[in-house]
Amino acid sequence: MPAVVSVEHLHKAYGPVVAVEDVSFAVEDGEIFGLLGPNGAGKTTIVECLQGLRRADGGTLRVLGLDPQTQGRELRGRVGSQLQESALPDRIRVWEALDLFASLTPGAADWRMLMEQWGLAGKGKASFASLSGGQRQRLFVALALVNEPQVVFLDEMTTGLDPAARRVAWELVEAIRARGTTVVLVTHFMDEAERLCDRLAVVDRGRVVAAGSPPGLIDLHAPQRLVRFSTTAPDCDFLYRVPGVEAVTRRGESVEVAGTGPVLALVAAALVERGIVPADLRAERATLEEVFLRLTSHRAGEEEA
Amino acid sequence: MTTLRKMVAVELKLFLREPLTVVFALALPLITLFVLGGVFGNTPEAGFYAGVGAMDFYTPAYIGLVLASIGVISIPAHLAGNRERGVLRRFRASSVPAAVVVGSEVAVSLLIALVSGVVLVACALVMYGAAPPQSAWLLMPAFLLSGLVFATLGAMLGTLLPTARAAQAAGMLLWFVMLFLGGAGPPPEVLTGALGWLRHGVPLTYSVGVLQGPWLGTGWNWADAGILAAIGLAAALVTALRFRWE
Ligand SMILES: Nc1ncnc2c1ncn2[C@@H]1O[C@H](COP(=O)(O)OP(=O)(O)OP(=O)(O)O)[C@@H](O)[C@H]1O
Ligand SMILES: [Mg+2]
Repeated sequence: MPAVVSVEHLHKAYGPVVAVEDVSFAVEDGEIFGLLGPNGAGKTTIVECLQGLRRADGGTLRVLGLDPQTQGRELRGRVGSQLQESALPDRIRVWEALDLFASLTPGAADWRMLMEQWGLAGKGKASFASLSGGQRQRLFVALALVNEPQVVFLDEMTTGLDPAARRVAWELVEAIRARGTTVVLVTHFMDEAERLCDRLAVVDRGRVVAAGSPPGLIDLHAPQRLVRFSTTAPDCDFLYRVPGVEAVTRRGESVEVAGTGPVLALVAAALVERGIVPADLRAERATLEEVFLRLTSHRAGEEEA
Repeated sequence: MTTLRKMVAVELKLFLREPLTVVFALALPLITLFVLGGVFGNTPEAGFYAGVGAMDFYTPAYIGLVLASIGVISIPAHLAGNRERGVLRRFRASSVPAAVVVGSEVAVSLLIALVSGVVLVACALVMYGAAPPQSAWLLMPAFLLSGLVFATLGAMLGTLLPTARAAQAAGMLLWFVMLFLGGAGPPPEVLTGALGWLRHGVPLTYSVGVLQGPWLGTGWNWADAGILAAIGLAAALVTALRFRWE
Protein backbone atom coordinates (compact mmCIF):
# COMPACT_ATOMS: atom_id res chain seq x y z
CA MET A 1 0.00 0.00 0.00
CA PRO A 2 1.62 3.29 -1.06
CA ALA A 3 1.85 6.09 1.48
CA VAL A 4 -1.20 8.33 1.74
CA VAL A 5 1.00 11.41 1.82
CA SER A 6 4.49 11.46 0.43
CA VAL A 7 6.89 14.37 0.34
CA GLU A 8 10.22 14.12 -1.43
CA HIS A 9 12.72 16.96 -1.30
CA LEU A 10 10.14 19.68 -0.94
CA HIS A 11 11.66 23.12 -1.39
CA LYS A 12 9.85 26.43 -1.07
CA ALA A 13 11.08 30.01 -0.81
CA TYR A 14 9.21 33.29 -0.54
CA GLY A 15 11.48 35.61 -2.45
CA PRO A 16 14.75 35.62 -0.53
CA VAL A 17 13.25 33.79 2.49
CA VAL A 18 13.72 30.05 2.27
CA ALA A 19 10.81 28.60 4.23
CA VAL A 20 11.39 24.95 3.39
CA GLU A 21 14.92 23.91 2.47
CA ASP A 22 14.62 20.18 1.84
CA VAL A 23 11.91 18.11 3.48
CA SER A 24 10.99 14.47 2.90
CA PHE A 25 8.59 12.24 4.81
CA ALA A 26 5.75 9.83 4.23
CA VAL A 27 2.50 9.30 6.08
CA GLU A 28 0.96 5.83 6.11
CA ASP A 29 -2.70 5.05 5.80
CA GLY A 30 -4.62 5.48 9.05
CA GLU A 31 -1.85 7.05 11.06
CA ILE A 32 -1.69 10.27 13.00
CA PHE A 33 1.44 12.00 11.81
CA GLY A 34 2.76 15.03 13.66
CA LEU A 35 4.80 17.97 12.45
CA LEU A 36 6.63 19.73 15.28
CA GLY A 37 8.94 22.68 15.10
CA PRO A 38 9.62 26.18 16.36
CA ASN A 39 7.86 29.26 14.95
CA GLY A 40 8.83 29.88 11.37
CA ALA A 41 10.21 26.36 10.88
CA GLY A 42 8.09 25.88 7.76
CA LYS A 43 5.30 23.61 9.03
CA THR A 44 2.40 25.63 7.65
CA THR A 45 4.22 26.00 4.35
CA ILE A 46 4.59 22.22 4.14
CA VAL A 47 0.95 21.38 4.84
CA GLU A 48 -0.32 24.15 2.58
CA CYS A 49 1.88 22.94 -0.28
CA LEU A 50 0.42 19.49 0.32
CA GLN A 51 -3.07 20.90 -0.18
CA GLY A 52 -2.07 22.78 -3.30
CA LEU A 53 -2.73 26.11 -1.57
CA ARG A 54 0.87 27.16 -2.14
CA ARG A 55 3.08 26.29 -5.04
CA ALA A 56 6.18 24.26 -4.21
CA ASP A 57 9.40 25.38 -5.89
CA GLY A 58 10.86 21.91 -6.00
CA GLY A 59 10.30 18.31 -4.98
CA THR A 60 7.63 15.70 -5.51
CA LEU A 61 4.41 15.74 -3.52
CA ARG A 62 1.64 13.15 -3.57
CA VAL A 63 -1.53 13.06 -1.49
CA LEU A 64 -3.89 10.13 -2.11
CA GLY A 65 -1.92 9.56 -5.30
CA LEU A 66 -2.72 13.07 -6.56
CA ASP A 67 -0.31 15.87 -7.33
CA PRO A 68 -1.36 18.93 -5.32
CA GLN A 69 0.12 21.28 -7.93
CA THR A 70 -1.89 20.05 -10.87
CA GLN A 71 -4.83 18.23 -9.27
CA GLY A 72 -5.41 20.62 -6.38
CA ARG A 73 -9.14 21.05 -6.87
CA GLU A 74 -9.83 17.34 -6.92
CA LEU A 75 -7.50 16.79 -4.00
CA ARG A 76 -9.07 19.49 -1.84
CA GLY A 77 -12.44 17.84 -2.32
CA ARG A 78 -11.07 14.66 -0.75
CA VAL A 79 -9.02 16.06 2.11
CA GLY A 80 -10.10 18.04 5.12
CA SER A 81 -8.36 21.22 6.04
CA GLN A 82 -8.12 23.35 9.13
CA LEU A 83 -5.90 26.27 8.22
CA GLN A 84 -3.78 28.14 10.71
CA GLU A 85 -5.09 31.40 9.26
CA SER A 86 -8.45 31.86 7.65
CA ALA A 87 -11.79 33.43 8.38
CA LEU A 88 -15.47 33.37 7.55
CA PRO A 89 -17.73 36.32 6.85
CA ASP A 90 -18.49 38.08 10.15
CA ARG A 91 -22.22 37.70 9.95
CA ILE A 92 -22.46 34.13 8.74
CA ARG A 93 -24.05 31.80 11.28
CA VAL A 94 -22.46 28.59 12.44
CA TRP A 95 -25.12 26.36 10.90
CA GLU A 96 -25.04 28.28 7.64
CA ALA A 97 -21.30 27.76 7.29
CA LEU A 98 -21.59 24.03 7.99
CA ASP A 99 -24.56 23.68 5.65
CA LEU A 100 -22.78 25.60 2.90
CA PHE A 101 -19.57 23.59 3.14
CA ALA A 102 -21.49 20.32 3.37
CA SER A 103 -23.23 21.15 0.10
CA LEU A 104 -19.89 20.90 -1.70
CA THR A 105 -19.66 17.16 -1.22
CA PRO A 106 -22.29 14.64 -2.19
CA GLY A 107 -22.64 12.32 0.78
CA ALA A 108 -21.16 14.81 3.22
CA ALA A 109 -21.20 14.16 6.95
CA ASP A 110 -24.25 15.11 8.95
CA TRP A 111 -23.25 18.59 10.00
CA ARG A 112 -25.70 18.65 12.89
CA MET A 113 -23.81 15.76 14.43
CA LEU A 114 -20.47 17.50 13.87
CA MET A 115 -21.88 20.61 15.51
CA GLU A 116 -22.81 18.48 18.51
CA GLN A 117 -19.49 16.63 18.67
CA TRP A 118 -17.41 19.76 18.52
CA GLY A 119 -19.40 21.47 21.26
CA LEU A 120 -21.17 23.99 19.04
CA ALA A 121 -24.70 22.68 19.49
CA GLY A 122 -25.83 25.77 21.40
CA LYS A 123 -24.11 28.06 18.92
CA GLY A 124 -25.84 27.11 15.69
CA LYS A 125 -27.44 30.51 15.31
CA ALA A 126 -24.47 32.52 16.54
CA SER A 127 -22.62 34.64 14.01
CA PHE A 128 -18.97 33.89 13.27
CA ALA A 129 -17.94 37.30 14.65
CA SER A 130 -19.59 36.56 17.99
CA LEU A 131 -17.71 33.29 18.56
CA SER A 132 -14.79 33.11 20.98
CA GLY A 133 -11.37 32.13 19.62
CA GLY A 134 -11.75 28.54 20.79
CA GLN A 135 -15.26 28.26 19.36
CA ARG A 136 -14.04 29.50 15.98
CA GLN A 137 -11.25 26.97 16.09
CA ARG A 138 -13.73 24.17 16.75
CA LEU A 139 -15.93 25.38 13.93
CA PHE A 140 -12.95 25.24 11.57
CA VAL A 141 -12.17 21.69 12.64
CA ALA A 142 -15.80 20.72 12.13
CA LEU A 143 -15.67 22.31 8.66
CA ALA A 144 -12.53 20.30 7.93
CA LEU A 145 -14.44 17.10 8.62
CA VAL A 146 -17.73 17.88 6.93
CA ASN A 147 -16.67 16.40 3.58
CA GLU A 148 -15.83 12.99 5.13
CA PRO A 149 -12.18 13.39 4.12
CA GLN A 150 -9.71 10.53 3.69
CA VAL A 151 -6.89 12.71 4.98
CA VAL A 152 -7.25 15.69 7.27
CA PHE A 153 -4.69 18.42 7.81
CA LEU A 154 -4.96 20.11 11.19
CA ASP A 155 -2.68 23.15 11.57
CA GLU A 156 -2.56 24.03 15.27
CA MET A 157 -5.98 22.61 15.93
CA THR A 158 -5.94 23.10 19.69
CA THR A 159 -4.37 26.56 19.82
CA GLY A 160 -6.79 28.71 21.75
CA LEU A 161 -8.72 25.83 23.28
CA ASP A 162 -9.16 25.57 27.04
CA PRO A 163 -7.73 22.44 28.70
CA ALA A 164 -11.06 20.65 28.79
CA ALA A 165 -11.79 21.44 25.16
CA ARG A 166 -8.31 20.27 24.22
CA ARG A 167 -8.90 16.90 25.79
CA VAL A 168 -12.23 16.59 24.01
CA ALA A 169 -10.50 17.52 20.76
CA TRP A 170 -7.86 14.80 21.32
CA GLU A 171 -10.55 12.20 21.83
CA LEU A 172 -12.29 13.36 18.67
CA VAL A 173 -9.07 13.16 16.67
CA GLU A 174 -8.58 9.61 17.95
CA ALA A 175 -12.15 8.89 16.90
CA ILE A 176 -11.45 10.31 13.44
CA ARG A 177 -8.47 8.02 13.09
CA ALA A 178 -10.45 5.03 14.39
CA ARG A 179 -12.79 5.62 11.45
CA GLY A 180 -9.85 5.18 9.10
CA THR A 181 -9.00 8.80 8.34
CA THR A 182 -5.33 9.69 8.16
CA VAL A 183 -4.41 12.77 10.18
CA VAL A 184 -1.54 15.20 9.63
CA LEU A 185 -1.25 17.29 12.75
CA VAL A 186 0.83 20.45 13.17
CA THR A 187 1.23 21.31 16.81
CA HIS A 188 3.26 23.22 19.36
CA PHE A 189 2.02 21.15 22.29
CA MET A 190 4.36 18.34 23.20
CA ASP A 191 1.81 16.57 25.36
CA GLU A 192 -0.55 16.61 22.41
CA ALA A 193 2.07 15.17 20.09
CA GLU A 194 3.08 12.52 22.63
CA ARG A 195 -0.48 11.53 23.24
CA LEU A 196 -1.80 11.53 19.67
CA CYS A 197 0.96 10.96 17.15
CA ASP A 198 1.96 7.53 15.94
CA ARG A 199 4.95 9.12 14.29
CA LEU A 200 6.21 12.62 13.96
CA ALA A 201 8.82 14.73 12.26
CA VAL A 202 10.62 17.57 14.01
CA VAL A 203 11.14 20.38 11.51
CA ASP A 204 13.66 23.13 12.06
CA ARG A 205 14.71 25.85 9.64
CA GLY A 206 13.06 24.09 6.75
CA ARG A 207 14.57 20.65 7.35
CA VAL A 208 13.47 17.50 9.12
CA VAL A 209 15.93 17.18 12.00
CA ALA A 210 14.42 14.02 13.51
CA ALA A 211 11.61 11.62 12.77
CA GLY A 212 10.09 8.60 14.47
CA SER A 213 7.61 7.56 17.12
CA PRO A 214 7.53 9.71 20.28
CA PRO A 215 9.07 6.99 22.53
CA GLY A 216 11.62 6.19 19.81
CA LEU A 217 12.66 9.84 19.57
CA ILE A 218 12.99 10.11 23.33
CA ASP A 219 15.16 6.98 23.49
CA LEU A 220 17.35 8.25 20.73
CA HIS A 221 17.72 11.90 21.63
CA ALA A 222 17.17 12.06 25.37
CA PRO A 223 18.04 8.64 26.71
CA GLN A 224 18.87 9.97 30.19
CA ARG A 225 16.70 8.98 33.07
CA LEU A 226 16.59 10.67 36.44
CA VAL A 227 16.23 8.62 39.60
CA ARG A 228 15.18 10.54 42.70
CA PHE A 229 14.84 9.55 46.33
CA SER A 230 15.48 10.96 49.77
CA THR A 231 17.67 9.54 52.44
CA THR A 232 19.42 10.55 55.64
CA ALA A 233 22.48 8.46 54.75
CA PRO A 234 25.43 10.87 54.64
CA ASP A 235 27.33 9.44 51.69
CA CYS A 236 25.89 8.37 48.37
CA ASP A 237 29.04 8.44 46.25
CA PHE A 238 29.01 4.66 46.02
CA LEU A 239 26.26 5.15 43.41
CA TYR A 240 28.92 6.28 40.94
CA ARG A 241 29.99 2.67 40.74
CA VAL A 242 26.55 1.58 39.51
CA PRO A 243 26.74 0.90 35.74
CA GLY A 244 25.15 3.63 33.65
CA VAL A 245 25.16 6.33 36.33
CA GLU A 246 26.61 9.60 35.15
CA ALA A 247 25.91 12.11 37.92
CA VAL A 248 24.78 12.13 41.50
CA THR A 249 23.60 15.40 43.00
CA ARG A 250 22.46 15.92 46.51
CA ARG A 251 20.38 18.73 48.00
CA GLY A 252 19.80 18.22 51.67
CA GLU A 253 18.06 14.88 51.99
CA SER A 254 17.03 14.57 48.38
CA VAL A 255 19.28 12.85 45.90
CA GLU A 256 19.12 12.91 42.13
CA VAL A 257 20.88 10.31 40.04
CA ALA A 258 21.23 10.79 36.29
CA GLY A 259 22.11 7.97 33.95
CA THR A 260 21.18 5.80 31.02
CA GLY A 261 19.98 2.23 30.66
CA PRO A 262 18.13 0.38 33.44
CA VAL A 263 19.41 2.73 36.12
CA LEU A 264 16.32 2.58 38.29
CA ALA A 265 16.66 -1.16 38.94
CA LEU A 266 20.42 -0.98 39.42
CA VAL A 267 20.29 2.01 41.76
CA ALA A 268 17.52 0.34 43.75
CA ALA A 269 19.59 -2.81 44.11
CA ALA A 270 22.66 -0.85 45.22
CA LEU A 271 20.66 1.09 47.78
CA VAL A 272 19.02 -2.00 49.25
CA GLU A 273 22.42 -3.64 49.48
CA ARG A 274 23.53 -0.78 51.76
CA GLY A 275 20.40 -1.00 53.80
CA ILE A 276 18.90 2.18 52.35
CA VAL A 277 15.24 1.68 51.44
CA PRO A 278 13.74 5.05 50.51
CA ALA A 279 9.96 5.10 50.29
CA ASP A 280 9.92 7.69 47.52
CA LEU A 281 12.31 6.10 45.02
CA ARG A 282 11.14 6.99 41.50
CA ALA A 283 12.45 7.41 37.98
CA GLU A 284 11.65 10.19 35.54
CA ARG A 285 12.01 9.90 31.82
CA ALA A 286 12.71 12.74 29.50
CA THR A 287 9.62 14.01 27.72
CA LEU A 288 9.21 14.92 24.10
CA GLU A 289 9.65 18.50 25.19
CA GLU A 290 13.26 17.87 26.17
CA VAL A 291 13.89 16.17 22.85
CA PHE A 292 12.33 19.10 21.08
CA LEU A 293 14.38 21.66 22.98
CA ARG A 294 17.54 19.69 22.50
CA LEU A 295 17.00 19.49 18.75
CA THR A 296 15.92 23.05 18.20
CA SER A 297 17.28 25.07 21.12
CA HIS A 298 20.24 26.51 19.21
CA ARG A 299 18.11 29.55 18.65
CA ALA A 300 15.31 29.42 21.17
CA GLY A 301 12.79 32.14 20.49
CA GLU A 302 14.86 33.63 17.72
CA GLU A 303 13.25 33.99 14.31
CA GLU A 304 14.56 33.16 10.88
CA ALA A 305 17.34 35.58 9.97
CA MET B 1 -25.24 23.98 -8.47
CA THR B 2 -26.45 23.28 -4.94
CA THR B 3 -23.41 25.13 -3.68
CA LEU B 4 -24.07 28.14 -5.90
CA ARG B 5 -27.68 28.22 -4.70
CA LYS B 6 -26.63 27.99 -1.06
CA MET B 7 -23.90 30.55 -1.55
CA VAL B 8 -26.37 32.98 -3.10
CA ALA B 9 -28.79 32.37 -0.23
CA VAL B 10 -26.05 32.92 2.35
CA GLU B 11 -24.70 36.04 0.61
CA LEU B 12 -28.21 37.45 0.39
CA LYS B 13 -28.74 36.88 4.10
CA LEU B 14 -25.35 38.44 4.86
CA PHE B 15 -26.39 41.46 2.82
CA LEU B 16 -29.69 41.79 4.67
CA ARG B 17 -27.89 41.55 8.02
CA GLU B 18 -25.78 44.58 7.15
CA PRO B 19 -28.24 47.43 7.85
CA LEU B 20 -26.10 50.13 6.27
CA THR B 21 -25.77 48.44 2.92
CA VAL B 22 -29.52 47.81 2.84
CA VAL B 23 -30.21 51.45 3.53
CA PHE B 24 -27.67 52.40 0.88
CA ALA B 25 -29.23 50.15 -1.75
CA LEU B 26 -32.74 51.46 -1.07
CA ALA B 27 -31.90 55.08 -0.39
CA LEU B 28 -29.53 55.62 -3.27
CA PRO B 29 -32.20 55.57 -6.00
CA LEU B 30 -34.36 57.93 -3.93
CA ILE B 31 -31.51 60.33 -3.26
CA THR B 32 -30.50 60.20 -6.89
CA LEU B 33 -34.01 61.12 -7.95
CA PHE B 34 -34.38 63.77 -5.32
CA VAL B 35 -31.07 65.50 -5.89
CA LEU B 36 -30.51 65.05 -9.59
CA GLY B 37 -34.16 64.83 -10.62
CA GLY B 38 -35.13 67.83 -8.53
CA VAL B 39 -32.68 70.02 -10.39
CA PHE B 40 -33.93 69.52 -13.88
CA GLY B 41 -37.74 69.19 -13.64
CA ASN B 42 -39.61 67.50 -16.48
CA THR B 43 -40.41 70.14 -19.09
CA PRO B 44 -39.18 69.33 -22.59
CA GLU B 45 -36.65 71.86 -23.73
CA ALA B 46 -35.48 72.24 -27.28
CA GLY B 47 -31.87 71.24 -27.74
CA PHE B 48 -31.61 69.20 -24.53
CA TYR B 49 -32.42 65.66 -23.45
CA ALA B 50 -33.11 64.51 -26.99
CA GLY B 51 -36.22 66.63 -26.95
CA VAL B 52 -38.09 64.85 -24.15
CA GLY B 53 -38.69 65.92 -20.53
CA ALA B 54 -35.67 65.75 -18.25
CA MET B 55 -37.27 63.19 -15.95
CA ASP B 56 -38.25 60.97 -18.85
CA PHE B 57 -34.77 61.31 -20.20
CA TYR B 58 -33.08 60.69 -16.85
CA THR B 59 -35.10 57.87 -15.32
CA PRO B 60 -33.45 55.18 -17.45
CA ALA B 61 -30.11 56.89 -16.86
CA TYR B 62 -30.69 56.73 -13.10
CA ILE B 63 -31.42 53.05 -13.42
CA GLY B 64 -28.03 52.68 -15.04
CA LEU B 65 -26.43 54.74 -12.30
CA VAL B 66 -27.97 52.63 -9.55
CA LEU B 67 -26.93 49.42 -11.29
CA ALA B 68 -23.43 50.84 -11.58
CA SER B 69 -23.27 51.74 -7.90
CA ILE B 70 -24.23 48.25 -6.80
CA GLY B 71 -21.80 46.68 -9.24
CA VAL B 72 -18.71 48.83 -8.93
CA ILE B 73 -18.97 50.08 -5.34
CA SER B 74 -20.32 47.11 -3.37
CA ILE B 75 -18.78 44.13 -5.14
CA PRO B 76 -15.11 45.21 -5.24
CA ALA B 77 -15.00 46.06 -1.55
CA HIS B 78 -16.78 42.85 -0.63
CA LEU B 79 -14.64 40.58 -2.79
CA ALA B 80 -11.31 42.19 -1.89
CA GLY B 81 -12.36 42.30 1.78
CA ASN B 82 -13.08 38.58 1.76
CA ARG B 83 -9.71 37.93 0.24
CA GLU B 84 -7.94 40.20 2.69
CA ARG B 85 -9.56 38.56 5.71
CA GLY B 86 -8.81 35.00 4.60
CA VAL B 87 -12.41 34.08 3.77
CA LEU B 88 -11.44 33.18 0.20
CA ARG B 89 -8.60 31.02 1.51
CA ARG B 90 -11.11 29.14 3.57
CA PHE B 91 -13.40 28.69 0.57
CA ARG B 92 -10.56 27.53 -1.61
CA ALA B 93 -9.34 24.97 0.91
CA SER B 94 -12.81 23.43 0.82
CA SER B 95 -12.71 23.45 -3.01
CA VAL B 96 -15.40 26.05 -3.51
CA PRO B 97 -15.06 26.85 -7.24
CA ALA B 98 -14.00 30.40 -8.11
CA ALA B 99 -17.05 30.57 -10.37
CA VAL B 100 -19.28 30.08 -7.32
CA VAL B 101 -17.50 32.83 -5.38
CA VAL B 102 -17.79 35.34 -8.21
CA GLY B 103 -21.10 34.03 -9.53
CA SER B 104 -22.83 34.41 -6.17
CA GLU B 105 -21.57 38.00 -5.87
CA VAL B 106 -22.94 38.78 -9.31
CA ALA B 107 -26.25 37.02 -8.70
CA VAL B 108 -26.82 38.72 -5.35
CA SER B 109 -25.99 42.15 -6.72
CA LEU B 110 -28.40 41.58 -9.60
CA LEU B 111 -31.15 40.76 -7.13
CA ILE B 112 -30.39 43.85 -5.09
CA ALA B 113 -30.23 45.90 -8.27
CA LEU B 114 -33.64 44.63 -9.26
CA VAL B 115 -35.15 45.84 -6.00
CA SER B 116 -33.36 49.18 -6.22
CA GLY B 117 -34.45 49.53 -9.84
CA VAL B 118 -38.10 48.87 -9.00
CA VAL B 119 -37.98 51.40 -6.15
CA LEU B 120 -36.46 53.97 -8.45
CA VAL B 121 -38.92 53.47 -11.29
CA ALA B 122 -41.89 53.50 -8.94
CA CYS B 123 -40.76 56.79 -7.38
CA ALA B 124 -39.99 58.36 -10.75
CA LEU B 125 -43.44 57.48 -12.03
CA VAL B 126 -45.43 58.33 -8.93
CA MET B 127 -43.53 61.26 -7.42
CA TYR B 128 -42.02 62.91 -10.48
CA GLY B 129 -44.57 62.03 -13.13
CA ALA B 130 -42.09 60.47 -15.51
CA ALA B 131 -43.58 58.80 -18.55
CA PRO B 132 -43.65 54.99 -18.18
CA PRO B 133 -41.35 52.94 -20.41
CA GLN B 134 -42.48 52.52 -24.00
CA SER B 135 -41.43 48.92 -24.08
CA ALA B 136 -41.30 47.19 -20.71
CA TRP B 137 -40.32 43.94 -22.47
CA LEU B 138 -37.23 45.36 -24.07
CA LEU B 139 -36.36 47.11 -20.83
CA MET B 140 -35.86 43.75 -19.09
CA PRO B 141 -32.91 42.57 -21.17
CA ALA B 142 -31.45 46.08 -21.09
CA PHE B 143 -31.65 46.02 -17.30
CA LEU B 144 -30.16 42.54 -17.06
CA LEU B 145 -27.35 43.30 -19.47
CA SER B 146 -26.41 46.51 -17.64
CA GLY B 147 -26.60 44.88 -14.23
CA LEU B 148 -24.50 41.94 -15.36
CA VAL B 149 -21.84 44.13 -16.96
CA PHE B 150 -21.48 46.40 -13.91
CA ALA B 151 -21.36 43.40 -11.59
CA THR B 152 -18.65 41.85 -13.75
CA LEU B 153 -16.73 45.12 -13.74
CA GLY B 154 -17.02 45.10 -9.96
CA ALA B 155 -15.74 41.54 -9.81
CA MET B 156 -12.80 42.58 -11.96
CA LEU B 157 -11.94 45.50 -9.65
CA GLY B 158 -12.27 43.23 -6.62
CA THR B 159 -9.95 40.76 -8.30
CA LEU B 160 -7.30 43.24 -9.38
CA LEU B 161 -7.13 45.43 -6.28
CA PRO B 162 -5.34 44.01 -3.29
CA THR B 163 -7.29 45.45 -0.37
CA ALA B 164 -10.88 46.30 0.47
CA ARG B 165 -9.93 49.95 0.89
CA ALA B 166 -8.22 50.18 -2.46
CA ALA B 167 -11.08 48.35 -4.14
CA GLN B 168 -13.66 50.63 -2.55
CA ALA B 169 -11.75 53.75 -3.50
CA ALA B 170 -11.33 52.62 -7.09
CA GLY B 171 -15.01 51.68 -7.32
CA MET B 172 -16.08 55.06 -5.94
CA LEU B 173 -13.83 56.90 -8.33
CA LEU B 174 -15.13 55.00 -11.32
CA TRP B 175 -18.70 55.61 -10.18
CA PHE B 176 -18.20 59.36 -9.84
CA VAL B 177 -16.51 59.61 -13.19
CA MET B 178 -19.43 57.72 -14.69
CA LEU B 179 -21.90 59.93 -12.86
CA PHE B 180 -20.47 63.02 -14.52
CA LEU B 181 -19.66 61.62 -17.91
CA GLY B 182 -22.07 58.75 -18.42
CA GLY B 183 -25.26 60.62 -19.19
CA ALA B 184 -26.88 60.54 -15.76
CA GLY B 185 -25.53 63.91 -14.68
CA PRO B 186 -24.92 66.79 -17.07
CA PRO B 187 -26.90 66.23 -20.28
CA PRO B 188 -24.69 64.82 -23.06
CA GLU B 189 -25.32 67.96 -25.11
CA VAL B 190 -23.25 70.11 -22.73
CA LEU B 191 -20.32 67.70 -22.68
CA THR B 192 -18.30 69.14 -25.51
CA GLY B 193 -14.68 68.90 -26.55
CA ALA B 194 -12.52 66.55 -24.51
CA LEU B 195 -15.41 65.72 -22.17
CA GLY B 196 -17.58 64.69 -25.09
CA TRP B 197 -14.81 62.46 -26.21
CA LEU B 198 -14.16 61.03 -22.73
CA ARG B 199 -17.85 60.29 -22.42
CA HIS B 200 -17.33 57.40 -24.80
CA GLY B 201 -14.79 55.87 -22.46
CA VAL B 202 -17.15 55.13 -19.59
CA PRO B 203 -19.37 52.04 -19.52
CA LEU B 204 -22.35 53.94 -18.09
CA THR B 205 -22.75 55.81 -21.38
CA TYR B 206 -23.57 52.56 -23.16
CA SER B 207 -25.71 51.26 -20.34
CA VAL B 208 -27.76 54.47 -20.48
CA GLY B 209 -28.00 54.12 -24.25
CA VAL B 210 -29.29 50.57 -23.91
CA LEU B 211 -31.80 51.50 -21.21
CA GLN B 212 -33.06 54.68 -22.87
CA GLY B 213 -33.95 52.92 -26.13
CA PRO B 214 -36.79 50.83 -24.72
CA TRP B 215 -37.77 53.56 -22.26
CA LEU B 216 -38.14 56.36 -24.76
CA GLY B 217 -39.42 54.07 -27.50
CA THR B 218 -36.49 54.36 -29.89
CA GLY B 219 -36.04 50.63 -29.86
CA TRP B 220 -33.17 48.33 -28.97
CA ASN B 221 -29.82 50.05 -29.23
CA TRP B 222 -27.70 47.39 -30.89
CA ALA B 223 -24.54 49.46 -31.08
CA ASP B 224 -24.49 50.36 -27.38
CA ALA B 225 -25.59 46.86 -26.37
CA GLY B 226 -22.72 45.41 -28.37
CA ILE B 227 -20.14 47.70 -26.77
CA LEU B 228 -21.58 47.05 -23.31
CA ALA B 229 -21.48 43.29 -23.84
CA ALA B 230 -17.89 43.55 -25.06
CA ILE B 231 -16.93 45.48 -21.91
CA GLY B 232 -18.61 42.80 -19.82
CA LEU B 233 -16.86 39.98 -21.63
CA ALA B 234 -13.49 41.67 -21.31
CA ALA B 235 -14.05 42.20 -17.58
CA ALA B 236 -15.16 38.57 -17.18
CA LEU B 237 -12.06 37.40 -19.01
CA VAL B 238 -9.73 39.50 -16.85
CA THR B 239 -11.52 38.23 -13.73
CA ALA B 240 -11.21 34.62 -14.82
CA LEU B 241 -7.53 34.98 -15.68
CA ARG B 242 -6.45 37.06 -12.73
CA PHE B 243 -8.67 35.70 -9.95
CA ARG B 244 -6.64 35.35 -6.75
CA TRP B 245 -7.65 33.62 -3.54
CA GLU B 246 -5.09 35.38 -1.35
N1 LIG C 1 3.26 34.26 2.48
C1 LIG C 1 4.53 34.40 2.91
N2 LIG C 1 5.33 35.35 2.38
C2 LIG C 1 6.60 35.49 2.81
N3 LIG C 1 7.18 34.75 3.76
C3 LIG C 1 6.44 33.80 4.33
C4 LIG C 1 5.08 33.58 3.94
N4 LIG C 1 4.58 32.56 4.68
C5 LIG C 1 5.60 32.16 5.47
N5 LIG C 1 6.70 32.90 5.28
C6 LIG C 1 8.00 32.71 5.96
O1 LIG C 1 8.38 31.37 5.80
C7 LIG C 1 8.89 30.84 7.01
C8 LIG C 1 8.08 29.62 7.41
O2 LIG C 1 6.77 30.00 7.73
P1 LIG C 1 5.64 28.98 8.16
O3 LIG C 1 4.39 29.74 8.32
O4 LIG C 1 5.63 27.83 7.23
O5 LIG C 1 6.19 28.50 9.59
P2 LIG C 1 5.49 27.62 10.72
O6 LIG C 1 6.41 26.51 11.01
O7 LIG C 1 4.12 27.26 10.34
O8 LIG C 1 5.49 28.64 11.94
P3 LIG C 1 4.45 28.82 13.15
O9 LIG C 1 4.74 27.77 14.13
O10 LIG C 1 4.78 30.16 13.69
O11 LIG C 1 3.08 28.73 12.56
C9 LIG C 1 8.86 31.98 8.00
O12 LIG C 1 10.15 32.55 8.05
C10 LIG C 1 7.88 32.95 7.44
O13 LIG C 1 8.24 34.27 7.76
MG1 LIG D 1 2.30 27.63 11.10
